[in-house]
Amino acid sequence: MLFRYLVILLILLPIKVFALIEVDITRGNLNPLPVAVSPLAIDKKSKENFKKILKKINLGLEISKIVENNLRQSGLFNPLNKEAFLQKPDIANLKPRFEDWNLIKAQALVTGKVTFVDEKLRVEFRLWDVLAGKEMMALAFTTVPSNWRRVGHIITDKVYERLTGEKGYFDTRIIYISEEGPKTNRIKKLAIMDQDGFNNKFLTLGNELVLTPRFSPTNQMVTYLSYFRNLPRVYLLDIETGMQEVVGDFPGMTFAPRFSPDGKKIIMSFAKDGNSDIYTMDLENRIVERISNHPSIDTSPSYSPDGKYITFNSDRSGYQQIYIMSSNGKNVKRISFGNGLYGTPVWSPRGDLIAFTKLHKGKFYIGVMRTDGTGERLLTENFYQEAPSWSPNGRVLIFYRETKTNSKGEGFSAKLWSIDLTGYNEKMVETETDASDPSWSSLLSN
Amino acid sequence: MNRNVVISFGFHTLLVIITAMSLPFLAKKPIDLPPIISVELIQITDKTNIPFAPKAKKIIEKIKKKEKKLVSEQAPPKKIKKQKPDAIPLPDEKIEKIKKIKDEKQNPEKVETEIKQISEFEKKELFDTNSIAALIDKSKTESAETNKKLDKVTQNQDKEMDFGGLTLSEEDALKAQIFGCWSIPLGLPFNEDLLVRIKLQLKPDGSIIRTEILDHARMNKPGQGFYKVLAESALRAIKLCQPLRVPSTGYERWKDMQLNFDAREMLEG
Repeated sequence: MLFRYLVILLILLPIKVFALIEVDITRGNLNPLPVAVSPLAIDKKSKENFKKILKKINLGLEISKIVENNLRQSGLFNPLNKEAFLQKPDIANLKPRFEDWNLIKAQALVTGKVTFVDEKLRVEFRLWDVLAGKEMMALAFTTVPSNWRRVGHIITDKVYERLTGEKGYFDTRIIYISEEGPKTNRIKKLAIMDQDGFNNKFLTLGNELVLTPRFSPTNQMVTYLSYFRNLPRVYLLDIETGMQEVVGDFPGMTFAPRFSPDGKKIIMSFAKDGNSDIYTMDLENRIVERISNHPSIDTSPSYSPDGKYITFNSDRSGYQQIYIMSSNGKNVKRISFGNGLYGTPVWSPRGDLIAFTKLHKGKFYIGVMRTDGTGERLLTENFYQEAPSWSPNGRVLIFYRETKTNSKGEGFSAKLWSIDLTGYNEKMVETETDASDPSWSSLLSN
Repeated sequence: MNRNVVISFGFHTLLVIITAMSLPFLAKKPIDLPPIISVELIQITDKTNIPFAPKAKKIIEKIKKKEKKLVSEQAPPKKIKKQKPDAIPLPDEKIEKIKKIKDEKQNPEKVETEIKQISEFEKKELFDTNSIAALIDKSKTESAETNKKLDKVTQNQDKEMDFGGLTLSEEDALKAQIFGCWSIPLGLPFNEDLLVRIKLQLKPDGSIIRTEILDHARMNKPGQGFYKVLAESALRAIKLCQPLRVPSTGYERWKDMQLNFDAREMLEG
């Protein structure tokens, strides 16, 4: 009986039920992440060796500066001032005192060590999550000492990938046209440099006019256009070996040769019988195939990363607009419908966007749109700018910009600029001379 | 003995009846709510644009004729002595005054001004202002009663909310704090599922005792590398923000909490 009463009492007693509170966080900030890049620790002996070979007093510090500069240039990170660091590099590399790094508001920490082993440079580095107090990544590289700048870029790529979730773009090169002299008599050379402007080299002497160099997406090959005895020729250049070959002479005006995603074909436009259309050339058998066939002017073709589609610009609607078609030339579809003229479409390596140059009311814009033409965003506006080229991760565009000349024809300059997809992180890329027509390589360390 | 018990029982019963009768909810009559007066606001113009109704004209003319007839059938009116100005007018005089007004209404110009549209407010005033005042007074007392009822309800609700979620303002404060701490990794593929659910155990001051990623298994799945990056960024945000802005009371209801970090909105936008 008593038991029954107890059961009834238990049933009747108010039972407190706590439903788990859920809070949806759908917004965050896009402020650069505060990162501390500690100078890489280096022992005395290694220091002396590197001083002899590379003429660098503290190679650990130099490499950390490259990492720091790359992260800052990306616009996604805020490298903290080294003077604020409380822990010494050698101790930080063994075990960081997270309280010290937390104190200066660092959320991530890069530490490392540089040693000279068997005439080679060995670099270890670690990425730490300061708030969680744990190691996120640890890697080591061994290379020839002269590659020390590349080591800095590779470390940045790894840090960038670990913290953002996408591949980096720092261990890359940019090929461009170096320009010197007055506007009416410019000397144009083919030049190449690291993405941060260092290690600049000239690949041609400037005797012939060179135009539109483009990197292969798979290897370190470059295709470009050069005029030999006033005839346009398409060249192939191997950056690693320096070997150069002529792909072919083409009639009339030839434009912008570009590689297919597998690197086996070149796509370009040239005028045949007074009609400019798009053609491909197989690099193995040199067979040329006509892709578009329309009485209008079709130029600037660019493949999608999967090689199934081609984007190009054409004036078949009366004004120059952007179109896409299947890689066999069928299913042509116009995708740009805004005011103004659209040109130089380039498919993003991620496949989601097409970058373009737009001319509207006397101003030039660099913009992006989705592959169906929706979501057009103009990232930057200027007096004259064109030829966007994607970074290998599809986050940054490099292009060139010309300045106005005064009434005497002075003050002209052409410079390379980069902008990321947010449209806020616009930066000039330092070059030794004036520069135009840039093309970004794929990652060297792939 | 039995007698005393009977008397006691009788008195107690009486007391119970008296108490029951005097209880407010029994004595109280049901609230007689006044009917809702719908008010239509109409713009009043100086001159009406409504044409003089021909039907109304006919009716007025009929009445006039009747009155005339009545006057003619009746004997000539008596001569009324002049009365003092402060004297109260007799009913007959009132009729005469009304007659005069009616006569005046025959004048079309005057009719125009008389027939001008008026709002329902004015109409009500014309009827009985005292009754409206009474209504207001009544409504005041009634509103006080309903307020009391509402107060009771809110207190009950408050108790209930100890077992429910955060209030909107509490949730907003917490969200705003975490929004500021969460650096979204920009390289995430925005067409993927970018939801990270983290269960928290909190101290009364809002600092974190324990965090748990609910879809932890997903972190090590192939092709889900971005999920790890996202989950780590969410954990960093929680740690950076602590102590969290939690309510000062009701620890039991929020000591366990789940935060759903969703980056899609930011990355797609």
